[in-house]
Amino acid sequence: MNGVVLKERTGQVYEKGAGPFKLQCNLDSLPGAVSQRACVFCGSRVVLYPITDALHLIHGPIGCAVYTWDIRGALSSDRELHRFSFSTDLREKDVIFGGEKKLEAALLELIERYNPEAAFVYSTCIVGIIGDDIGAVCKRVSKKTGIKCIPVQSEGFKGNKRAGYEAACRALINLIGDGDIEGISPFSVNILGDFNLAGEIWIIKDYYRRMGIEVVSTITGDGRVKDISRAHGAKLNVVQCSGATLALAKMMKEKYGIPYIRVSYFGVDDMADALYRVADFFKDRQIMENTKALINDELNKLYPALKEFRRELAGKRAAIYVGGAFKAFSLIKAFRLLGMKVVLVGSQTGTKEDYEELEAITDPGTIIVDDSNPLELSEFLKEKKVDIFVGGVKERPIAYKLGIGFCDHNHERKEALEGFIGMYNFAKEVYSTVMSPVWRFVPRKEG
Amino acid sequence: MKQYVSTTNACKLCRPIGACLAFRGVEGAVPFLHGSQGCATYMRRYIISHFGEPIDIASSALGEKHAVFGGGPNLKQGIINVIKKYEPSLIGVATTCLTETIGDDVSMMLDEFKREFLADADSPILINTSTPSYAGTHMEGFRGATRSIVEKLAQHRLTSAEEKRVNLLPGFLSPQDIRYLKELSRDFELPLTILPDLSETLDAPILLEYPKIPAGGTPIDAIRDMGSACASIEFGRTVSDELSAALYLRERFGVQDFRIGTPIGIRESDRFFSLLEKISGKKTPSFHREERDRLIDAMVDGHKYVFGKKVVVYGEEDLVVGITSFLAEIGARPVLCATGGKSGRFKSAIKSVVDGILRDLPEIREDVDFWEIEELTRQLEPDLIMGHSKGYKISRALGIPLIRIGFPIHDRIGGQRILHIGYRGAQMLFDRVANAIIAKKQRDSDIGYGYF
Ligand code: SF4
Ligand code: SF4
Repeated sequence: MNGVVLKERTGQVYEKGAGPFKLQCNLDSLPGAVSQRACVFCGSRVVLYPITDALHLIHGPIGCAVYTWDIRGALSSDRELHRFSFSTDLREKDVIFGGEKKLEAALLELIERYNPEAAFVYSTCIVGIIGDDIGAVCKRVSKKTGIKCIPVQSEGFKGNKRAGYEAACRALINLIGDGDIEGISPFSVNILGDFNLAGEIWIIKDYYRRMGIEVVSTITGDGRVKDISRAHGAKLNVVQCSGATLALAKMMKEKYGIPYIRVSYFGVDDMADALYRVADFFKDRQIMENTKALINDELNKLYPALKEFRRELAGKRAAIYVGGAFKAFSLIKAFRLLGMKVVLVGSQTGTKEDYEELEAITDPGTIIVDDSNPLELSEFLKEKKVDIFVGGVKERPIAYKLGIGFCDHNHERKEALEGFIGMYNFAKEVYSTVMSPVWRFVPRKEG
Repeated sequence: MKQYVSTTNACKLCRPIGACLAFRGVEGAVPFLHGSQGCATYMRRYIISHFGEPIDIASSALGEKHAVFGGGPNLKQGIINVIKKYEPSLIGVATTCLTETIGDDVSMMLDEFKREFLADADSPILINTSTPSYAGTHMEGFRGATRSIVEKLAQHRLTSAEEKRVNLLPGFLSPQDIRYLKELSRDFELPLTILPDLSETLDAPILLEYPKIPAGGTPIDAIRDMGSACASIEFGRTVSDELSAALYLRERFGVQDFRIGTPIGIRESDRFFSLLEKISGKKTPSFHREERDRLIDAMVDGHKYVFGKKVVVYGEEDLVVGITSFLAEIGARPVLCATGGKSGRFKSAIKSVVDGILRDLPEIREDVDFWEIEELTRQLEPDLIMGHSKGYKISRALGIPLIRIGFPIHDRIGGQRILHIGYRGAQMLFDRVANAIIAKKQRDSDIGYGYF
């Protein structure tokens, strides 16, 4: 396997069982290695994207805005400002003389046109270079319009996606604390780090409702500025999945004393565990009973269906390459539930702790990889004789070109994969790709 | 129309993505973006969503300190890594806004790199093109990269003077379009060097082995011979002189140049076919004449459905010009021709292709975004919209059918298999246009109806 891995990257690939576990991570992407990673701006945009009644103005030349236009599956229950691509579309003279004037004019124009609840202004690489002071512009426009304008310092080259999450969290904390928190239930949470892809947050909110818990705000899926401004009134922050909004939870703990827990809504075990831990936190008998009833109910519906899938899927081999490593934990468990074996797992931005955890829960022989690229991935997939690959848009054609099934587990997905119903959808998707007869006709399987 | 300063839902892409696409059409080439990692990843994602093909775009992955001290070291290391892993025959380096702004001198860096590292003869060719997005769209990036390739490689080699090799510079067409051009090359027995050639590199089969670089693309030797071709044909009425590879080949090597419109619709295709006849000295093969005959027959059968139907067209300038020409021919009424490009030649190109057929000129807008296109579409109340997937929102909001053409098409399958050009392309377009109108009529009717 090392033939395809660049020498500088060998420390970022590990095969379980081959010597003591050591994996390098958190490095800058290697030039020329065709990383699957994006940039700081991408991270910020992902986190803030689903706030649907805020304006998202991208300050820079057109590309950064246009490539992020309506590409996420984050759904809204009313306004849909998030699905627009707003840009200052900088031109040569703006780059030479500075883009602040144009930014201000654009911001004023768009606020007048859409009357948003707040505005986020993202800085991109070039803004970092020409030195526009987006903070000052935001301040001026906030004053003029009464609309809160928040700068997001997300110059793309200042790190990777994870730095973008933090920039987004720093922007978000500005929104919190203004709202009236009168009348919020003592049994209340904020949902953090869920993006309402394919309506997933509606599934989760329904669970909390059935448990007797008030959801004060959802940050950021189906997010509303007004709700977020009241987030400091909740008793607990429930942070889903990867580190995307963990920084915000920490800031809120410091500033408002709100504790947080980290959960995952993917897969049966993790979903049930998430709900039990929330119930545990409130130490209320009724809530705990509701929770048990809910989980029982859902499992009774789910298990018979899963058994059907499992019958055919058992023994198949899966590979996982995702943005954040946290998601990979749940995926490994979900595949186990289907009787499948995970033989490759990797992420774009995992931390040391993430990879240690991955090492602990995978089987011997599994490849663990950080910040991989298409050539490596294709080699691993072949070597490990994979039947299904889970990843995002950039991974999809790699799988298909090898004649391997694929499951989209990314920000664009159109199928809800969270919750108990999400596990069913996941199993169904895995089944529909692994069992498709098309693979009989691809060269690798022919003859 | 109110003057606007922000851009809402742009009708264009940024310049380097065009360059990456063009480089992708050269055999054994790897596109390389000199800038931060994000741009390359975003562009790959964007291209994948249209073609459904892997596309590896390397990046020099600049970070903060490089932005301050210059990106040279990363560029060099990146190229070394690409050479090691991909063994490319060519690396096409495009700049991004970042490296343009910090003023990296890529030509110089590449020269230095060659002196330091590339001594042997079989080391890959390095070509660079300057692509600041704040000055031009993806189409300037595409044309600019094409021209850079030609400038760098074309020679006057005078291999066999009697060989009638012709350069064909098609611009940004679909893989299916390029395959069609290759078919013409065979049928006219006229060897064509098509640059770039995306027909296989971005529409590849599943193979037993995963290729590092997909097969296909214009062979480098063929590009070298472009200086000794007997003629160049370049599609596109809006290509500027500075970006025209055909013009370069004439000025530098005296290769006769024919710069014609993209052959969409009958008259633009006629021009192309008669040019092929003239250069090859052969009559149009009967098969293609029959396609033209059948097209006219179909247009007669369907003319009443499309007559007077108002159509909004948007997208890349040369595509819009071609589609507008076609619409005018079939009796439809283009009411808005819009593009995010800004070549300065769009208006006159539209005017000249509809001359003599259309009584009223459509609204012609360059440098627009979809906010303005939507406003105008609301006012103009068209029956049909033609353009890429990004018009879906308007189509849905206003209940007007959208016929998808061009790039990107990411909410349907098969964008790479759309044929836009030639008589056959016109036939397919005509059928789709007429059927969309018939389908809408059926849908809108209270009772529906079974026959025409
Ligand atoms: S910085 Fe320039 S090159 Fe990069 S995505 Fe933005 S517009 Fe395109
Ligand atoms: S220019 Fe910077 S911010 Fe924009 S996509 Fe590229 S790396 Fe990201």
